[in-house]
Amino acid sequence: MIDKTVADVATAVADIPDGATVMIGGFGRAGQPVELIDALIAQGATDLTIVNNNAGNGDVGLAALLAEKRVRKIVCSFPRQSDSWVFDELYRAGEIELELVPQGNLAERIRAAGAGIGAFFTPTGVGTQLAEGKETREIDGRTYILEYPIKADFALVSALKADRWGNLVYRETARNFGPIMASAATTTVVQVDGVVPLGSLDPETIVTPGIFVDRVVAVGERRWLRDGEFIGGVDLEGNAK
Amino acid sequence: MTTISRNELAQRIAADIPEGAYVNLGIGAPTLVANFLPEDQEIILHTENGLLGMGPAPDADHIDPDLINAGKQAVTALPGAAFFHHADSFGMMRGGHLDVCVLGAFQVSQTGDLANWSTGAPGAIPAVGGAMDLAIGAKAVYVMTDLLTKTGESKLVASCTYPLTGVGCVTRVYTDHAIFDITPEGFVVREAFGDNTVESLRELTGLDLIAAEEH
Repeated sequence: MIDKTVADVATAVADIPDGATVMIGGFGRAGQPVELIDALIAQGATDLTIVNNNAGNGDVGLAALLAEKRVRKIVCSFPRQSDSWVFDELYRAGEIELELVPQGNLAERIRAAGAGIGAFFTPTGVGTQLAEGKETREIDGRTYILEYPIKADFALVSALKADRWGNLVYRETARNFGPIMASAATTTVVQVDGVVPLGSLDPETIVTPGIFVDRVVAVGERRWLRDGEFIGGVDLEGNAK
Repeated sequence: MTTISRNELAQRIAADIPEGAYVNLGIGAPTLVANFLPEDQEIILHTENGLLGMGPAPDADHIDPDLINAGKQAVTALPGAAFFHHADSFGMMRGGHLDVCVLGAFQVSQTGDLANWSTGAPGAIPAVGGAMDLAIGAKAVYVMTDLLTKTGESKLVASCTYPLTGVGCVTRVYTDHAIFDITPEGFVVREAFGDNTVESLRELTGLDLIAAEEH
């Protein structure tokens, strides 16, 4: 019997070693696997390379991992935000390396890694600083730059629900980088609000097939809080309540 | 010289977007355009983080943290909306499927180069997001900006001095003074607001602007 569920978030991230490259899903706070990141903070791995669209928000999740000085390098498209003070301070102090990648190239490089593509030519970034030193080629009269895949040792992803085979369903714009990151890592760890019985997910609506998923951990239905006050939540059908 | 407000400019841009268009409004000021799209027409808004059919902000009691726009603000999904992952979302841009995008700018050159992601200032933290993909991907790239910087310099320039977002990618520039089309001959003044004239705009920009009737 295949059962990819693990008991808790600590078990799910226990073997992430120092120096690992870790993809972390999410766009801002939407889809950020906060419970898995908290477990990674507690676990202690350091000298990490993190791949995420952003560089943390506020003082929780990815920002908290950065604040612990456990990240050597971050690969992202949009580090600077109104609430990215943790990253800003580390960057200005020269304590973190930044590889800035246009967002579509970031997504496609991750997708390429998962799809077994060796490299690809993209028009995004041509003629800009972010293309400096990169190979170019003219194809049908247009200039493209060569971009390489981004692979990871681990991906930490958040989804709405899963079955024990690791089939995933996401919710709204929290899907973002989840499906492509799940495909691009040697070991993909997914936190879900809940695990449902095998066969209860409609095969027509599964977004990430379980072949891309190694571990699933249920973290419970989410409660949305604002300033500590309960303002709603979401059930396993994805309905707000 | 007369200038129009940011909301008036957003309304002017909205009037140029045809029914049926797939549109990305980036982040910041261009998102104001959504407030002026005609309610009796179907114009589909795309947001880079994986949604077509984006609706307006919800009221305070219906904020859903899973449903946000590129600026990470709470939004809604209209009937007919679709969610998708990031590689598909940027494939829509890069693949030329979006009809219009509206972006802000630090500078636009007369050959349509756009600079809008970095001033190149020492110590500044660079952040590019989806700007480079939008700039080279959408069929029409509209820029929404003030004509002048806070210190009075023209944002329309012969060639950009700030780091580029995209080369030769801008279709049209909507400013608080006038609307300019980018053509092989340079900037054409498509429409001047209030008491602005081609001559007064030439003085403000220091550029050899072309009057629409001469083009």
